[in-house]
Amino acid sequence: MDTRHDANPQDRTPLDWAAIRERLEGERGPRYWRSLEQLADEPAFADFIEAEFPSVAPQMDRRRFLQVMGASLAMAGLAGCGKPEQGVPYVVQPEKIVPGEAQWYASAVTFAGYAQPVLGRTHVGRPTKLEGNPEHPVSRGASTAFTQAAILQLYDPDRSQAPRYKGVHSTWDSVQLEASTLAERLDRQQGRGLHLLLGASSSPTLRRQLGELLQRWPEARLYRHEPFEGDHYLAAERAFGRPVETHYRFEQAEWVLSFEHDWMGAGPRELPHAVRWGERKRRATDGEGEARLLVVESVPTLTGAKASERKRIEPDELPRYLQALATALGEGAGPAEPLPAERQRWIESVARELQARAGRCLITAGERTPVDVQAAVHRLNRQLGNVGRTLYYTDPVVWLDVGEQRLDDLPALVEAMRAGAVEALFMLGCNPVDTAPADLGFERALDAVPLRIHAGLYYDETAANSHWHLPLTHDLDGWHDSRAADGSVCLGQPLVRTFYSSRTLPELLALLQGDLNPSGRAELRKTWRALDEAAWRRALELGFLPDTALAPVEVSAGPIAWETPPARVEGLTLRFLPDPSVWDGRLANLGWLQELPKPITKLTWDNVIGVSPALAEAQGLANGDRVRVTLGHNVVVGPVWIMPGQAERTLSLYAGYGRTRAGRVGDALGYGLAPLRTAAEPWLRRGAALARTGERQPLATTQSHHIPHGKEIIRSEPRETAYRKAADKPTVRAEPRKTLYPSTPPNEPVWGMTIDLEQCIGCNACVVACQAENNIPVVGKEQVAKGRAMHWLRVDHYYTGDPAEPESSAFQPVPCMHCEQAPCEVGCPVNATVHGPDGLNEQIYNRCIGTRTCASYCPYKVRRFNWFDWTGDDEPSIQHQRNPNVTVRSRGVMEKCTYCVQRITEAGIAARIEDRPVADGEVQTACQQACPTQAIVFGDLSDPGARVLKGRDTRRHYALLEELGTQPKTTYLGLVELPKIGEGKA
Amino acid sequence: MSRADADPHYPGADTPHFLPRQMPLGEVSDRVLAIPVDFAPYRRAWWALFIFSCLLLGLFVASAVVVLWRGPGVYGNDNLVNWGFPILNYMWWLGIGHAGTFISAMLLLLDRPWRNSLNRLAELMTIMAVVCAGIYPILHLGRPWLFYWSAPYPNTMELGPQFKSPTAWDFFAVLGYLLVSLMFIYIGAIPDFASARDHARKRRYKVFYGLLALGWRGASSHWAHWRRAYRFVALLAIPLVFAVSSGYSFLLDLAPETGWHSTVFPPYFVAGAIFSGFALVIVIALGLRRFFGWQALITVRHLDVLGVLLLASGWMTAYGYFADTFIAFYSGKEHEITVTMARLAGPMAWSWWAAIFFNLVCLQALWWPQVRRNGKALLAIAVGVLIGMWCERWMLIIVPPTRDYLTSMWHSFSPTLWDWALFIGTFGLFLVPFCLFMRLLPMISTFEVKEALHRYRGGADD
Repeated sequence: MDTRHDANPQDRTPLDWAAIRERLEGERGPRYWRSLEQLADEPAFADFIEAEFPSVAPQMDRRRFLQVMGASLAMAGLAGCGKPEQGVPYVVQPEKIVPGEAQWYASAVTFAGYAQPVLGRTHVGRPTKLEGNPEHPVSRGASTAFTQAAILQLYDPDRSQAPRYKGVHSTWDSVQLEASTLAERLDRQQGRGLHLLLGASSSPTLRRQLGELLQRWPEARLYRHEPFEGDHYLAAERAFGRPVETHYRFEQAEWVLSFEHDWMGAGPRELPHAVRWGERKRRATDGEGEARLLVVESVPTLTGAKASERKRIEPDELPRYLQALATALGEGAGPAEPLPAERQRWIESVARELQARAGRCLITAGERTPVDVQAAVHRLNRQLGNVGRTLYYTDPVVWLDVGEQRLDDLPALVEAMRAGAVEALFMLGCNPVDTAPADLGFERALDAVPLRIHAGLYYDETAANSHWHLPLTHDLDGWHDSRAADGSVCLGQPLVRTFYSSRTLPELLALLQGDLNPSGRAELRKTWRALDEAAWRRALELGFLPDTALAPVEVSAGPIAWETPPARVEGLTLRFLPDPSVWDGRLANLGWLQELPKPITKLTWDNVIGVSPALAEAQGLANGDRVRVTLGHNVVVGPVWIMPGQAERTLSLYAGYGRTRAGRVGDALGYGLAPLRTAAEPWLRRGAALARTGERQPLATTQSHHIPHGKEIIRSEPRETAYRKAADKPTVRAEPRKTLYPSTPPNEPVWGMTIDLEQCIGCNACVVACQAENNIPVVGKEQVAKGRAMHWLRVDHYYTGDPAEPESSAFQPVPCMHCEQAPCEVGCPVNATVHGPDGLNEQIYNRCIGTRTCASYCPYKVRRFNWFDWTGDDEPSIQHQRNPNVTVRSRGVMEKCTYCVQRITEAGIAARIEDRPVADGEVQTACQQACPTQAIVFGDLSDPGARVLKGRDTRRHYALLEELGTQPKTTYLGLVELPKIGEGKA
Repeated sequence: MSRADADPHYPGADTPHFLPRQMPLGEVSDRVLAIPVDFAPYRRAWWALFIFSCLLLGLFVASAVVVLWRGPGVYGNDNLVNWGFPILNYMWWLGIGHAGTFISAMLLLLDRPWRNSLNRLAELMTIMAVVCAGIYPILHLGRPWLFYWSAPYPNTMELGPQFKSPTAWDFFAVLGYLLVSLMFIYIGAIPDFASARDHARKRRYKVFYGLLALGWRGASSHWAHWRRAYRFVALLAIPLVFAVSSGYSFLLDLAPETGWHSTVFPPYFVAGAIFSGFALVIVIALGLRRFFGWQALITVRHLDVLGVLLLASGWMTAYGYFADTFIAFYSGKEHEITVTMARLAGPMAWSWWAAIFFNLVCLQALWWPQVRRNGKALLAIAVGVLIGMWCERWMLIIVPPTRDYLTSMWHSFSPTLWDWALFIGTFGLFLVPFCLFMRLLPMISTFEVKEALHRYRGGADD
């Protein structure tokens, strides 16, 4: 696999072993990171580590062998950074490396420019799982579905593995040759003709390098293209005269009013939003203020689903609602065309309530709403005194300029390309051929560029249209830095030696500038050379540079300037949205995400055209009918899906699909929406027509019924009574039932789980975390459609009320209930599912013969059967991702949630060694650990102080289907009903 | 009986054995025992039937290989309806298997000599049906090669079956039932084997039947022992009929699943089992009657009484439908009503209404003696009952999980090509041995018929 063109490692400087030893002696138990280079203060050592010993094996002499052995001895944690290529068993077991015991390293993965701080778990050198970095304020240990899936991307066998020239595999030597020729030419021209297009980035190193590049080649031009970033910087510029980043402090906001803003939903900043909102909800539960969310939106989103009140509007009505609100808050005149009386009253009541909570409320508008709407929201927040309390502004996290130069946008680049000004175009870490709106004609313009160089993780659509394709290193096997949502700088250190012959972006830029052997690590260190070694080392251990969060800036929003509303157009309004599972398509090749049921629709493996129930009725559409959406001369054909709560005359179209070069997983799924998008109107277009094609397309959903039958599945309590203690609520277990069987001795401990439905926002982080932790296979669209999805944990979604405008909706994560009286245990004829001594309902894979009686008997239907051999033909690289502590199941056996028994055992062993009981919170299930709102709590039900018991004595605590007498140990805290605005005091 | 007696069209209708009073004993032997030995008149038709059966068996083998090779995923089952076709067909076949033993053993103990014309074919049907049924729980397993783990055998793991599980009971039920049925038919056929041996002209037939006859010489001590053994096994078989058919109802019954968890299921399933079994007995009896021209041995009176039995057991089954449905509504439980409404009016309501139509509505034609005594009409109704019972199993087994407790999991079910192929193939598994039996065994218990003729001739003559 190693195709690197490294210099002969034997030429390298020998190590200063004395220094290493000296340092090692001083260090006791650093948890996250250990590097010999730090120890040795020897820059060349990093290179040595990269090359690692096996590559020198052929010419290994005795001295070399000893050196290598010595290295393996000393490389406590770093052995984790190497992927053994030839098995050389340890002669002497190195200290601190215990096979089977995981090593944790702090790192980060970036998404759309924002760093997601993580801890990476490695087993004998293999990264197997990511967790949120508990030290980082943005994460606090939580993570998102996208972050969880990053580990799979690291192992994706379809990642690009070597440079290509015109589609043919090439070498980095040739790249260097090309780069040096280009550099010479650019030097002559002052960089004229060099154009660089980047995705959003917050990397200080990249910015420094680009700054240096512009100093050398001042005529070079930089562009930015982040497909679904939205216009929030533009709006801030409109409101404040300069682009700023808006940071929401949801934990301080008792009332939140959101306009077309899916801040809980997938996106680069979803994590801090969810973490903060989770905290707000918790505080409200503890009696500290309220947590009320009001959402005005046209297309159903997670945020809308969690709103206590959701108002459905047509997108074009949005400015009128804002105007009405502004007027009610004393800003400007009302809308030219008044709102319906009932809505007007609602807005006025909301305005009154917000004013009553000035400084404790928050208004937000989506990044993709009209700029004047967003600017107005900035103004209104100022008027309400929220700035500095429930939100604050900082400089943009993602940099918009380098040196003097403001990064331009994609249309400007296309113009330059058309004008023939572009001699060499670098497209770094982006895929504009796929994501650019079709009206730009990016692909056509690109053809005219004499030298096109693409760098990316995959050989994608843009790569195929370029002369050169350079493989990028993944965030988890290369060095990088970038800022998290709060602006703090996260350091991404590799969890493993670079898999493929790839380079990081800083390495590429260095290479372009003539560095023949660029080192990502050295580039990074150069950026942060002000830090001394100790600080640098601590930063690596932590995963971020402390106290680098961006400081709030004082800005003041000017008065609202409304744009004239666009002329009314007949026809349907189109909204273009990123896909909640694969975003703009960059995650399309990840099976975990493709098979992840999308939060609202529970669809997998496809994107759809969302239509309102009324429109579906009028046009006679059913789910899966293929329709033709026409706007002007542009047409998109895709399957419809009826979305309760969608605006009547609005269609929602989701990006990320219709890809041709995503990889083996992501190709040829769904439809591409690019033809309908324009650069001028990338988020919303009016005047579309919809026609049935008469064809049908099978769609795979994991939940086809969203209306709960009866009130028992999702329970709710009015706020006044929800938190009251209920005497009859069993906190641990009901008293022993009458039974014919001998009673089982009481368990110690009794593991149980409490899931707070009020906290759960349905974000799916837990589902992917569970999949990553428990080696859950991906089964494919056809099998999902047959009802054979394998997720151990599913998040059910229910609506109540009228499908046209659902009153409320709820998410319910359903893992195994670990019933005390488990029907499955009765059903199994071969003792393959039994009650464990600590109350777990255990599944014994090698005893299971697959009668499926347990699954038939399970009222919760949480058991998953291996109908085929799902795992046998997995790619070797995918197999390496697997958690070695969890059995990979074969064909014909039943599986289900184990409460992450491997983690329980691990904690149990640690506790036994130290001769103490397992502490509360020491065992965290994968789902619990990932959950940004801490909706899932796991612990020992027999420990009176355990956090898992919190809320179990209140009225809103209930067990799912408790009337069946199964005595589940997973129980729920029901929803809290808030009175509607205007219906009595909240 | 006086009405039938008066009817000139049905000679012998007044005798307890339903045969003509003056029927010569030799004719019975000639008609039955001569068949395997002198098969020429039936050869052409038999080969046609046999080849057809072999094709079906081939389909079964092919499907079974596919299922075993690729895994149970080739079925239409999913994580919700995770039993589907295999268990449906298992219950259907097993139900059918019950009538044979019931007719044979029950009527033997009740001393109904007319059973003698039917018991052999009914018992053979039982065995083949149990084989067809028994193969399904193995083929439906995730890891079928480990099926024996549900048996209590000594092993180093010191693990045995989990006896609380009705799936473990099934193992014993099917195996026990198969063994007792085999014993019953074999013991019952020993005198006939001896008779066939004596009739045989070719050496190989003599050896074949001689071995099967276990040295039977017709001594009075043989008869005395035989009678005791036969009745003893019959006594064993009767409770087994009830135990096994209520036993497999527990497979559904013990699940806390609405639509399965119902106390009426054991008697309901016993009735249904006997009902469907009678239907297949009728089909086979009519078939053999025509094939071998046994109108004199399987008389119209036999058909008449089979029709009555079918009607009676049909009403018992209908009681199950009504009780189950009534209790669901009477309970007032929301989910009970949901599941029942799904059976009555859901997307799979066809299965409920087909069951009602075939098992109840069409059945009422049997109140008319003309229908019962009309072979074609009776055949049509019996085939209808078999279809109806299959639909009933669908309604019982497949519909409830599609309306499980949590609405989020509601999901439809549709069988795959292999589901159907395997099911159709089991008819081959049924028919191939049956053809061989037709070829080699006396399909009517001749000595019992003769004994009855003799007994009642004397009595009637008096």
